[in-house]
Amino acid sequence: MTATKEATVTPGRTVHERRSWAANVFKARESGIVLALVVLVAFTATQNSRFLSGQSIRDILLGTAILAVLAVGQAVVMITRNIDLSVGSVLGLSAFAVGTLMKDNPGLPVIVAVLAGLAAGAVCGLLNGALVRFGQVPALVVTLGTLYAFRGVSYFWAGGQQINADKLPASFLDFGTASVLGVPWLVLIALLVLVVAGIVLRSYPAGRELYAMGSSPQAAQLAGIRVGRNTIAAFLVSGALAGLAGVLFAARFGTVDAAAGTGYELNVVAAAVVGGVAVFGGSGSVWGAGLGALLLTVIGSALAVLDINQFWQQAIVGALILLAIGADRLVAVRVAKALKKRDSHV
Amino acid sequence: MSERGNRFGRLLSWDAAVVLVTVIVLVVASGAVENFGTSRNFTFLLLDLLPIALVALPMTFIIVTGEIDLSVASTLGLTSAVMGSLWDAGLSIETIIPLCVVLGAVLGALNGFFVTVLKLPSLAVTIGTLALYRGLAFVVLGDGAVADFPRDYTSWVTGTIGDGPIPNVLIPLVVVALIFGVVLHATPIGRGVFAAGAGEQAARFAGIRTGRLKFWLYVVSGAVAGLAGVLWTLRYSSARADNGFGLELAVVAAVLLGGVSIFGGKGTLPGVLAGVVLLASLQNALRLQDVSNEALNIVTGVLLIVSVLLPNIVSSARDSVRRRRQAVSPER
Repeated sequence: MTATKEATVTPGRTVHERRSWAANVFKARESGIVLALVVLVAFTATQNSRFLSGQSIRDILLGTAILAVLAVGQAVVMITRNIDLSVGSVLGLSAFAVGTLMKDNPGLPVIVAVLAGLAAGAVCGLLNGALVRFGQVPALVVTLGTLYAFRGVSYFWAGGQQINADKLPASFLDFGTASVLGVPWLVLIALLVLVVAGIVLRSYPAGRELYAMGSSPQAAQLAGIRVGRNTIAAFLVSGALAGLAGVLFAARFGTVDAAAGTGYELNVVAAAVVGGVAVFGGSGSVWGAGLGALLLTVIGSALAVLDINQFWQQAIVGALILLAIGADRLVAVRVAKALKKRDSHV
Repeated sequence: MSERGNRFGRLLSWDAAVVLVTVIVLVVASGAVENFGTSRNFTFLLLDLLPIALVALPMTFIIVTGEIDLSVASTLGLTSAVMGSLWDAGLSIETIIPLCVVLGAVLGALNGFFVTVLKLPSLAVTIGTLALYRGLAFVVLGDGAVADFPRDYTSWVTGTIGDGPIPNVLIPLVVVALIFGVVLHATPIGRGVFAAGAGEQAARFAGIRTGRLKFWLYVVSGAVAGLAGVLWTLRYSSARADNGFGLELAVVAAVLLGGVSIFGGKGTLPGVLAGVVLLASLQNALRLQDVSNEALNIVTGVLLIVSVLLPNIVSSARDSVRRRRQAVSPER
């Protein structure tokens, strides 16, 4: 099992050495999503040309940016064989905190808001990580608990009040809409997060250790990897990124109440799982998670353009999760069989 | 060692502690919280805990086998939505109710198929069906509501026995709970459930067909969630797609609070029912104190975390005490 997972983590390096480049591209987990995206975009565009208008593409990119930042954090946690269900609540808490901060101090530069959001999220992530690490309890239960606890704190704090755009400083709202060379700030930030996380996970020992932990926690421990510390670090990253997503959320929408980001955790887990991050750890990439986020956002937008009931979106998210884990299973079984066959000839 | 903990150990056991805490909460709340001890509130308390208790019964079985079912609340919602649209379509209530329970069983069977036949992780599967079933509920009914259910049925569900405080629906719940309790603690099926949770491979070597067992547990879980959907709809006289939203948390929290190990293999049904009563009474008492529904989330979330942390802390404390004792008297 471990061998098959490692094989899919670094395609073209180990098992697939002798296969052609084209075969590798076709085999990569991400290719399925890219194909689905192309088909979906092409079909929707033929039905309604409005779909490819500048404004529509911009909306999709802005939506994807927030979801992708969350999905990168989720991927980091899921690679270690954990899960963080609290991200939607962390986003809400951080968005409300940053909104309140900016409302009360209109003179503050935007970078302070970003740092404050990151910090608020990091504190939540640290709490999750510490509970998982020192409590020796499954992340599922801990983050299911904090999902409700953090949301409760938001409600307690907000007490039904809402922060509206007219109370927020213009500089902060501009940050949510302004762009550099036509690319919105939010998208640039999401790309930066993707690239940094992608490089660290792929090429640095700290990143490789996370994969090792997810493949086999015991083996990782025996290999001298500090599993406990890395677990906390993974949750810290996920929390901080959820906090950052909260800042982006507040800047984009300008309206924040205690319910901000409710139910996001489902889309975030879906984005990661659809993007090929295995729920049982050890494999997947943040690129896949980012593509998953793009696919989910495009689906939402396509449903609106095609005049299909928006209620279908959640059902589609659920069906996609099932499809993705089913396909993942199928690939794993196939690869395992192929490896067995090959080994028997050696 | 744990066997030698004998009577003292059993007094300190988790379910006994939960029962004790529940009694304390009930007594303190009756004294300190205005209106908590009234018979009217008692009826509401029982009606509120009914869906949690009902869904918690099969959930206990599933968690004891080491799996989980996060889709129960969405199953409840979809059943409720279908119930509403069938009623709108003019079917009789006597046809609709069994249909809804069967629908729940089918939804559960789909979970069971993914988990046991395709061997996918139950957490991922039921997160997927959580989204899928809730989404379908909205597809079926949109964000509207169907409300005009027959009064005979709605008033029976909200009504009490005679003029007393005991709701009518408590009777079927007690019967169902008894059946689940006997099956879990006194039949080969129950032993199979514990064996599957303690060690799947060993259980299979012992001749237990763990896959088939789990499949049927998911079917039962779905059917019970369907029944809960029917009762929910009748109680509030309102079929809505968002009925029971978030209930899975309360159910999982109550089951873990009741002493069932999230790692499987351990737990008792009386403990779980005490967990349900504890959770529901705390929420009820806080709500009477004008604590908002949303702020109650903190209580539920923290209870959930504490209920998984505390057993670990207690057992590691016991271990260190034992180690120290052994260090003092090495001849033992």
